[in-house]
Formats: sequence, C-alpha cells, structure tokens
Amino acid sequence: MSVLGHDHVRVDGRDKVTGVARYAVEKRPDDALHAWAVRATVPRGRVVSVDAESALAVPGVVEVLTWRNAPRLQDAGDDELQVLQDDRVAYRGQVVALVVAETLEVARETAATLDVRYETEPHDVGLTIDHPGLYAPEQANAGADTDSARGDVEEGLASSAHVVEAVYETPALFNNPMEPHATVAWWEDGALRMVDSTQGTTPTAQTMATLFGLDEPQVRVTAEHVGGGFGSKGEPKANPVLAALAAKAVGRPVALAWTRQMMFGLAGYRTPTISRVRLGADADGRLEAISHEAFSQTSRLKEFTEQTAEYVRHMYGSRTALTTHRVTQLDVHTPSWMRAPGECPGAYAIESALDELAHAAGVDPVELRRRNEPEVDPETGAPYSSRQLMECHDRAAELFGWAGRDPRPGVRRDGHWLVGTGVASSSYPAMAAPSGARVTARPDGTFRVGVNATDIGTGARTVMLQVAAEELKVEPERVHVHIADSDLPHGAVAGGSSGSASWGWAVAKACRALRSRMATERVPDDGLEVVVDTSEDLQGRAQLARFAYGAQMVEARVDVRTGEVVVPRSVGVFAAGRILNPRTARSQLLGGMTMGLSMALHEEGLLDERFGGWANHDLATYHVAANADVGDVTIEWLPEDDGELGPLKAKGIGEIGIVGAAAAVANAVWHATGVRVRSLPIQPDKLLDRLPG
Amino acid sequence: MRAPDLARSVARVTQPPASTFDVTVNGTPHALTVDNRTSLLDLLRERLRLTGTKKGCDHGQCGACTVLVDGRRTNACLTLAVTLDGREVTTVEGLADGDDLHPVQQAFLDHDAFQCGYCTPGQICSAVGALDELAQGWPSHVTEDLTGEVEPSAEEVRERMSGNLCRCGAYAHIVTAVQEAAR
Repeated sequence: MSVLGHDHVRVDGRDKVTGVARYAVEKRPDDALHAWAVRATVPRGRVVSVDAESALAVPGVVEVLTWRNAPRLQDAGDDELQVLQDDRVAYRGQVVALVVAETLEVARETAATLDVRYETEPHDVGLTIDHPGLYAPEQANAGADTDSARGDVEEGLASSAHVVEAVYETPALFNNPMEPHATVAWWEDGALRMVDSTQGTTPTAQTMATLFGLDEPQVRVTAEHVGGGFGSKGEPKANPVLAALAAKAVGRPVALAWTRQMMFGLAGYRTPTISRVRLGADADGRLEAISHEAFSQTSRLKEFTEQTAEYVRHMYGSRTALTTHRVTQLDVHTPSWMRAPGECPGAYAIESALDELAHAAGVDPVELRRRNEPEVDPETGAPYSSRQLMECHDRAAELFGWAGRDPRPGVRRDGHWLVGTGVASSSYPAMAAPSGARVTARPDGTFRVGVNATDIGTGARTVMLQVAAEELKVEPERVHVHIADSDLPHGAVAGGSSGSASWGWAVAKACRALRSRMATERVPDDGLEVVVDTSEDLQGRAQLARFAYGAQMVEARVDVRTGEVVVPRSVGVFAAGRILNPRTARSQLLGGMTMGLSMALHEEGLLDERFGGWANHDLATYHVAANADVGDVTIEWLPEDDGELGPLKAKGIGEIGIVGAAAAVANAVWHATGVRVRSLPIQPDKLLDRLPG
Repeated sequence: MRAPDLARSVARVTQPPASTFDVTVNGTPHALTVDNRTSLLDLLRERLRLTGTKKGCDHGQCGACTVLVDGRRTNACLTLAVTLDGREVTTVEGLADGDDLHPVQQAFLDHDAFQCGYCTPGQICSAVGALDELAQGWPSHVTEDLTGEVEPSAEEVRERMSGNLCRCGAYAHIVTAVQEAAR
C-alpha cells in the first residue's frame, strides 16, 4: 500500500465546503467582547490626546485602550509589536487606540468617531534608487549576505560582446489573504490562551510569552484553520498583541479582526523594489558578468531587507558577478514576507534582463538559459543535490509548442490583438527547519499524530496524514492528525516552502521509531508514545545546493485599441523532488502562478506621498486577479529522486510558482508588442501610446 | 476591569435604534430584534453563529460573504439585516441534504477548487446562484447570443464567477468544478 505520492482528498475539505471549518474569531467564546483598532491619520508625529471619556459614554463600550492605559509589554525584538506603549506615531495607519465593546456595531462606530489629536512632523515615504538614507544592512532577510562579488564585474562587462543594462521595478504588493488577520484572546489564571490566524503557533506563542513576561507553557495558541497567509501571518503582527492586551485589561475574552483596509498597513507587505541589473555576455550569449544591485525600504521600527539579489546568485553561471542590497528607513510600516520574498522580485528582474540579452545576442531565450547552466552553485561552489532546470524548460517547450518560435517582437496580429510568447525560469530553495512530532499507537489499532504544522491552505494536514500512514504502513483511516497547537512539540513556521519537508521529517522519524518499538513491545492500554525532534538530523546534512526548479511559458495578447493585456494560456513545469500529494500540489503551483499573473498585470500599491499612506487600500482599488483573468493553465512536474533532502525526498512547492511568473508575462508582452515594460504592473497606460500601428 | 461610573451606567440605559423582523435562514424561521446597523453578514456570524459565511472585505468587493436571498446571490455584508423581513436566506450551511453534499459542494471537493477555504462558502453559494441564472437563460457580458440558451462554457463560468476573489488562486479549478456541477 502506498499513500504518499498519490492523490488524497483534503481531510478538512468537507468541513471547508460545508462551512463547518472555523477560523480564528469564529471560535470566540460566547462572552467575548469585540475590539476595533483606531489608526493614526498622520504619517509621523505623536498622539497628543484621545477623547476616551466620550467614547466610554457610548452604551456598550467597555474600554478604550491607548498608550496611557494599556498594560506594559516586554521587548521581543520587534517594535511593530510594541503597540500602545508610547505616544509616537511611526507611520500612517499605526494603531493608536483600541475600542472594546459588547458588539461589533458599537466597537466599529465608536472607533470611527474617536477623537484623536496629533502633533505632526515632516515625513518621508518615497523610495528612490538614490535615496540619501540608503545603507548596507548587516544582512538581508533569511540571513542572505548583503553583498557578494566574484571576480571584477566591471572588467567582465567591459569585455562582453553584448551588454544589457536596465532598471526593473516592482511596486508595493500586499499579501491580502482572504481571511484578514484575526485573534481571539483570553486569560485563565494568569495564562494566555489565543486562537490566532497565524502561519505558526510555536513562534506566536514564543513571542507572546516574551511580550507578556510569561513562561512559554503559559501561552497556548491554536490555529485550526487559517484563511491564507502568503507570508503575512508568518510572524505575529499587532493583532495578537492587541487582543491579549485588551483581554488582560477588561478581564474578558476579546475578539479582534483587521478590516480589509487595515490589511494594507498592519499586515506586512512586499516592499517596493528597484533592481539595477547589468548583464554581459560573449558573442554566443555566455554570461561574462552579472550585476544585480537591489534597493528596498524598511520602517523606522524594524529592519527588513528583501533579499532581491539572492535569486541570481545561485541560478546562472557567470565569470564575474556582483550583488548588493541597500535599504532605507522611511515613515512607513514594516515590510515583511510575501510569497517568495527575494526570489519573486529578483527573478522578475533577472529573467526579464535575460530576455533582453537573448534578443541582443540573437539567441533563443530557452537556449540562452541552457548556455548558462552552472555545474555547481556559482555563489558557494557547492554541488546541486539535483537540478533539472533545463529538463523543465524542454518539457514546457513541448507542452507549449515553443519550437520554431519567431523571435521578432511586435509582428503577430490576430484581429485587434497583438500576440506574443514569453518564458522565464523559476527557482526556490529547498529548505527544512527543525521540528518535533509525537506519535501514539492506541490499543484499538489507531494512531494519533501530533505535529505542529499549520495548514494555511497548503494541504499540510492531509499530507501529514499521508506521511504517517505511509511510514506506519496502515490505512489512512486509522490515523488521526492533530496540528496547529503550540502545546504540541515545537513546529516550524509554515513559510519558506519548508513546511512539509520540516514537519514531515519529524513525523516520518517518529513513525519509524514507533514501528520499531511496536515490533518488540505490546501497546499498553494508555498507548505507546514516541516523541522526536529533527534538530540533530538537520545539522548532519551535507553542504549542498538544494533548490526546486521550474520553467514557465505564457502567451500574451495585447489589444491594440486599449492596451489591455490578457494571458489566454500558460504552462508551468516544475522539478521539486517527490510530490507528496499531486492533488494539493497542483493547487499550490496553480496558486503561485496565478498570483504571479496578478503581480504582472494588476497589483500595485499606490503611495500618496503627501499624506504618507496607501491611496488604494481595498480590493476595489488594489486589483488582484479575478476568475476571468486566468486562462488555461497547464501544470506538470518531472519525476525527481533526490536522496539529499530528508526522508520525504520533497522540495517545497508553495512559492516557486510565483517565481518568474511575472517575467514570463512581461517577456511575452514585449514579444507581442516590442514594448519592454520594466516597471510592474503592466497596465494599459504603459503600452497604449507605444504600440505598433 | 474599569469600574463603571454613574455617567456610564445612565448612558447604558439608552440602547441603539433596533428593529424587529422575521427572517428564515436555512429553513428555520427567526423572529429577531437587532441593532439597525447590523449587516446580514454580522447577523449570521455573530448573532446566529452561522460562521460559514465569511467576512473578507465587508465592502462588497470580494464575494466571500455571498449567500442566497430568495434564491438570488447577494453580498451579505452590503445587506442590512433589518431589510430582510419575510425573506428566505440560504447560507453554505443550508446547501447539503443531510450527509449528501450539494452537487456544487461535491464538485469543489472533487476538483480541489480551494486551498485555504475562506472564500469557498461564498464561491459555492455564488456558483449555485450562477448556475440558476444560467439555467434561466440570463446572459452575461460574454454571452454572444442574447436570446438562445446559454451554455456553461469556461468563458461563461469565468465571467459569472469573477465577483468572488480567491487569493489562493484556485480559479482554474473552480471553473472545472462549476462546469461539472452544471452537468
């Protein structure tokens, strides 16, 4: 019997299609109060006064928390979490008060009418490539090196037959999971209990314990169902802190949810990025020089540097290379993780520049990538555990019909449509983090698996069941999986496409240990339990470059009358180790590609520099792809047997789908029109007056 | 907890304007008195504790709160509860027949037409409404022949389901599921 690697319907699917699945505040206790955040209407300054008395006179209002009366917090190393601790306003939209009331209606109206006065100071919210505040951080996100160099890139460029130099920009992008961030919190005998919409209950519990001066076991966080996250729920934001503060202040459970508008300012976002890319190649298109200088923003409260130049370091061979990251502090909220931080904007820049180089060198874009396949990781010199990038391209080319493509831009016309095709590579590191797991054999022949995975829609709950059934060699019906509870052995965050590899490793290890014990021991009445941790297993791994790869090809059509871009078909082929559940894997890859299409054509946070806020902060004005924007999508993956990844032989698949997707679209738009748009999103105004007649 | 002072105790006597009305939800009649500000969405979620209907934007922009009012798909967040006197509301909790899923629910499950599941109740209610509109021959923006029968083509389904956002990006699977349910 084999369970892993085969389709398995989501174990929580029935609950989700019937509305039974409950998310965060939907699990509030009956006596819970409702909280509503009040946000700063100035971008920088301090709170002078809050008219809490008038608010408290409103029937149903129980409390108004401000920096003057909120319980004090300890330092947890993230000043975004120091909510209501002082009178400073670090960005427009920061929480300056919290109204707690008996009903949502009362909380909402009172918050909307709360009189808050400010003292304002001059602000600076605009990122530019020559911003005077740009500096080199100690390191970039995920521990990426700030700078790196190989050889003399200026010499490499000078000796190149073909040089491409361009600046590529991505706007502020907002994760916007469909379930806004939400928490219900209550206190029991000095211990904190919360149901939170989070990608990791272990890190949330750890952070809450630090903030409130508790021992970790005094905090229990659960997250049975989470309505998406895409990185924004990877680290706790202000919502769990505020809910816990309020519950402490009023002595009752408190439910708090961000509004959709608050998701554009209190939930993290992808920083705008500016990439100055220079590529140099010999006459045949072989890279002599890669230079990627990346610029991004962070807040006054916390440093976050998007590792935009990290993608190219491990991706293509080149005799010389230079990569740098510079960041500047602005009067904005702190950028954070959004689906493939670093790799996503980095691949947009690099895969676009390669397309420009292919045209300059007169080489087919797929062939250009083939000519620049490295034998080892160019950055580290480490061998690849497996790398099927070109196999992905070749299979994508078959499925798409790439062969015989006319390379000339702007020459294919179908009625009022200009038609083009584009390609880009995808890559994402295959990571794993230490996790624990507990597996118990019951005398009735069933098994209980406790692993602190979080299922934000990935299918993790289902895949953990499959892993356990496979390793225990029993029918899945005999396995019960318990996830998303900080009382379980510690689990890694659902991020970095590392979830299944990390949690699954622990589950596999625990199941194997349990099976070997069951070979010699009888299962007692209270069950036979094994608890494991994978920290040591991970330390013992060989120094290898572990990455998943992919190739994406799309057809773009541009309406010559309006400049509208549509993408009627796209193909994605991936090599991501062993695919554990094809059904949920396909949805993961489809979701990444769809979000990449959305990034290419629609999404753009528009900054109002005068008032320091996001002008478009709802789903009517910040456009995300809708159903009619997505055409036919073909997804395949290649068989891959990589023994260097851990017991599951799996690479992550949650993020790779978005990596390169926007570049494939931009390249197809160029092929259709001859217009190279280097600043996303590709909207009609950037094309219309430049289209061929 | 803050001790209530006299002024607040007096203020609490004054209740916000409320109205009394009758509404049927998933076949169950309710006689309700609610704060006039209450949306149908908050009535369902907070008062009746039918949390299957989701709050994604509260502004009619995402479709996560879609329910059926007298069989027609409606954004519950844009509907004041007190306007529903005498109406029948069907939510995602009211679609299945006992253990037998509604064909749209079954198709969503079969085609993995969701990931996180948060937009799913709205998608499913919207699909039920859309299929009824198709069956009645209602044209959409992409319908070529405005007088004949309308086929549930992929293009028609995409168009008609575009009021329901899915950030997990399951659209391609949603189209397949809705088409299957149409058969």
